[in-house]
Amino acid sequence: MSASNEFVGEARAVSRHAPRSHSFGWAGVASWFGGVAGLLVLAVLWEAAPRVGLLDAKFFPALSAVLAKLAVIGATSEFWGFVASTVRTWMLGLVIATGSGVVMGLVIGLTPGARKYTHSTIEFLRPIPSVALIPGVILLFGSRYQSGVVLITYAAFWQVLLQMLYGLNDIDSVARDTARSFRFSRAAYVRHVAWPTLLPFLFTGVRLAAAMALVLAVTAEMVIGSQGVGRGIMVAQASNAAAEAYAYVLVAGLMGVAINIAARALERRLLRWHPSVRNAGGAR
Amino acid sequence: MIASILRKLGVELALPLILFGLLYALSASSTNFFFPPLATVLEKFNSLWLGPRFVSDVVPSLLRLLAGYAMACVLGVAIGTVIGICAPLRRAAEPVLEFFRAIPPVAMIPLLIVSMGFGNTMKITVIVAGAIWPILLNTVEGVKAVDSVLDETCRTYQIKGAARLWHFILPSASPQIIVGMRLGLSIGIVLMVISEMFAALDGLGAAIIYFQRSYEIPQMWSGVLMLGLFGFVLSMVFRLFERYLLAWYHGARDLERQN
Repeated sequence: MSASNEFVGEARAVSRHAPRSHSFGWAGVASWFGGVAGLLVLAVLWEAAPRVGLLDAKFFPALSAVLAKLAVIGATSEFWGFVASTVRTWMLGLVIATGSGVVMGLVIGLTPGARKYTHSTIEFLRPIPSVALIPGVILLFGSRYQSGVVLITYAAFWQVLLQMLYGLNDIDSVARDTARSFRFSRAAYVRHVAWPTLLPFLFTGVRLAAAMALVLAVTAEMVIGSQGVGRGIMVAQASNAAAEAYAYVLVAGLMGVAINIAARALERRLLRWHPSVRNAGGAR
Repeated sequence: MIASILRKLGVELALPLILFGLLYALSASSTNFFFPPLATVLEKFNSLWLGPRFVSDVVPSLLRLLAGYAMACVLGVAIGTVIGICAPLRRAAEPVLEFFRAIPPVAMIPLLIVSMGFGNTMKITVIVAGAIWPILLNTVEGVKAVDSVLDETCRTYQIKGAARLWHFILPSASPQIIVGMRLGLSIGIVLMVISEMFAALDGLGAAIIYFQRSYEIPQMWSGVLMLGLFGFVLSMVFRLFERYLLAWYHGARDLERQN
């Protein structure tokens, strides 16, 4: 599911998924029904808890109230402006992080010895929480959207870079030696040997980075106050409009779900040929 | 022997030292108000963070993080195991969990402030609410993906209940659970800092944002440095824990790779 195949999935991927024929038919229907049932239970709980007084409706409005509010703000241009700003920040950060992660990954992974020398630096910089950069970006950009882009780039870059390095580490030694025997040029090696191995790893990295980027986009908007869904949450909360605040939180969650579904669909489509996807039979 | 250790150390330290030296030299003559010389920042670091601020800010942050993270681990593994074992429950829970995971945890902070106030309860709840998802989801995945041969072996030997859980399911899911815990830790640190930036009298996040707002720039950068070290040290500790707990797994992987 989330970061599952980061280390572990690869070794088990083939054995753990049911054969293709099992993923359709009754199992698929049961899984679909189960999922709908789960969501329904959640909806009923959300509706009932404030109504019977389990939660204070002033702080925790019922689902119907939140949805009604969402319908109202969904008709305003301000709302769509917020959504568009968040998407722009997310997209810019993700693209810059992916591009630089891929380039750095190739440089470090394919230069002999580079990995050894950069290892300690990467291991030091990676765990630095991206929020540590918040005061710095506030000084540089104030509440403009670039602040969010910098935070996203920093956090997402490591996801992509690490997956690139894992991927380059995973190149089949037979394939590598074969390429060497055939005197592949460096470019041909990257194109025909490294890239196909890398791609699934890269996709995992980008998928993780995409989810993380949305979280950071919203965080930056909330903490720094740049335009976007996060700012919508803050403004609504500051004016005691609980239903509106929850409506924006709901929107942020739905955006996250949409990003996840889109990333997985893309992964399945572009990696059709790869065993890890073929064996999963499209069930995931 | 000693030469090889020294060479290894040299490889590890070469790039960090070069980068540090470059930064130090390039910033030495900086007159930019926002980017003071590294020497000034280090001086502040020494007087602030190795002094009174360590006890008054770093320790409260750490305690909140540990409390929230420990709760997230226990709850995440417990709930994740139940969901992972029970297939109907898993089918029902999957979309719900996907949705909760997708909500940026920081978005919950203002809503929790309203109902819980500004105290430690709110901050710890925020950390739990954010850090639990990767742990829970990875536990579900790990429990779901137990090896079928081992599973059948357990069945044949009539290993059931607590023994099955303790000797088979949890160990076989543990590599994946650990991946989730590592992700959860970094999310927990982020949420610790953000929740303190929103509302706190003490803690790393509160200190950094205070320095930034009062334009005490070298102090602010020293706080950023402290926060970086904080994250780094915790991830090192986690790695030791992982290496200890998963020694068998890494050993088996290495062996597999050699063959």
